[in-house]
Amino acid sequence: MKEIEPSTNEREFVLAALKDGARIDGRNSYDFRTLRLSFGSDYGAVEVQLGNTRVLAKVSCEVIRPFTDKPTEGFLVFNTEMSPMASSTFEVGRQTDEEVLVSRLIEKAMKRSRALDTEGLCIVAGEKVWSIRVDIHFLDHDGNLVDAACIAAITALMHFRRPDVTVVGEDVTIHTLEQRNPVPLSIHHIPICVTFAFFHHGEHMIVDPTYLEEQIKQGDMTITLNVHKEVCALSKAGGLPMKMDQILQSTKIAVVKVTEITAQIQAALEADAKKRQTSRK
Amino acid sequence: MASINPSEDQDQQSTEPRIVLPGDELPPTETGLVEDAATLAPTIKLGPGLQPMDDDTIAAVKAGVLKHASVGNRWWIESNQRRYVSVAGENVIGVVLGKTVEHYKLDIGTAQPALLGVLAFEGATKRNKPNHNVGDLLYCRISLANKDMEAELECFNPTTGKADGYGELKSGFVIKTSLGLARRLLDPKSLILRLLGKHIPFETAIGMNGKVWINSGSTKHTILICNAIRNSEYLNERECSTMVKSLVDKL
Repeated sequence: MKEIEPSTNEREFVLAALKDGARIDGRNSYDFRTLRLSFGSDYGAVEVQLGNTRVLAKVSCEVIRPFTDKPTEGFLVFNTEMSPMASSTFEVGRQTDEEVLVSRLIEKAMKRSRALDTEGLCIVAGEKVWSIRVDIHFLDHDGNLVDAACIAAITALMHFRRPDVTVVGEDVTIHTLEQRNPVPLSIHHIPICVTFAFFHHGEHMIVDPTYLEEQIKQGDMTITLNVHKEVCALSKAGGLPMKMDQILQSTKIAVVKVTEITAQIQAALEADAKKRQTSRK
Repeated sequence: MASINPSEDQDQQSTEPRIVLPGDELPPTETGLVEDAATLAPTIKLGPGLQPMDDDTIAAVKAGVLKHASVGNRWWIESNQRRYVSVAGENVIGVVLGKTVEHYKLDIGTAQPALLGVLAFEGATKRNKPNHNVGDLLYCRISLANKDMEAELECFNPTTGKADGYGELKSGFVIKTSLGLARRLLDPKSLILRLLGKHIPFETAIGMNGKVWINSGSTKHTILICNAIRNSEYLNERECSTMVKSLVDKL
């Protein structure tokens, strides 16, 4: 189904409110919506709620043969799924431009920034490596899918435990979850995406746009950062031309947001680990 | 609907609410379909969610709470959903999507866009008719709703031929709520609108399609009202008044 444009009233109201420094959901320009993380009973299943946007990430693994030119490298595969459940504008079996952009951006943020140690996924060089697959399902679309998906993907990877393996000579034994405690993946750093939207020819900038704000925005930019203040990716596909100091200012805002979100992810993971420990006793 | 005696309307509510699921059948004795139930009205009126089956029984086609009003022996199911299905006679808010020589095409939240004749306004003639552009908001009434056709709309009261508040909604803001919340807001006893009205003067138009238009003196007030309405959906009376109070205090 074609996307339905917002009415003139909504457009004008959002723009007028931004001029007054207000947003339609009562947030300030640089506020994220409430972030909620909930874990499934399996390792590596995470549901992220960012306001009304909902994303589910599920990590799975399998043992496969590596490429001959990279015999010690494991695989990290992302798969995004945008079903009509999230928004009636999505269709089954047809990728929208938005979906391509979102999945490319997540790959860029996670893979190219080397957040996951793929060398550590090697079991026998040239023979067997782990392939880690992250399935990202979009459940409800209320804007800013990228940030929600990124948080979901990295949290799921951190939450995931793969089966333990022992190698004796040529023999490889994969231990079931009952035999040995599964092991976590080694993650170098936590990349977090922060999306900005621009209005009034760049005069007004907001963080974490909702669906309506995304429809009205003139341009956007996504910065991927980690807590060490390292920029992992910066993506700006068209929209408005920007001044350099504006980009610098937005990275500064992004650093603050990334610190907050990372702390929240870690707190949620710790709380879940504690819950698992008490339930096991 | 306005002439219902409230005491009679509530006779069902004193007993335990009965939850029905799609496919549940209503016992004929209860609905007065059987002729020997002389005390009950001989005819019944079915509302949303109920459908007569081939074998003269009545079955629920929606999940919700079964409701009954003894006046006119009316039965219906009260349920909540997000997708609007057009019903003739209901008032809705639509966005103009396009215009042809004879019709405006409006999005009213249904699967297909609805049609509004260019002459379906108060006093409109071929020579003198209002002009609306793509993106305009219109408050209209559904004049025809067949399930296999696009719904047809009109912007005047068919009994008087007057505009009666139908027509373009200028400025302000629209929020999308669930259909259940929109229905409750239309209740004259609706608490949240009265609570907000005590603090802030505002205009509102509520569409049965879950679209609520709000306009007030300033953007800050409109935002507050919109959020208060959205938050009120699952709050009881006491929680509503504390929520409104805390929002107003923050201004």
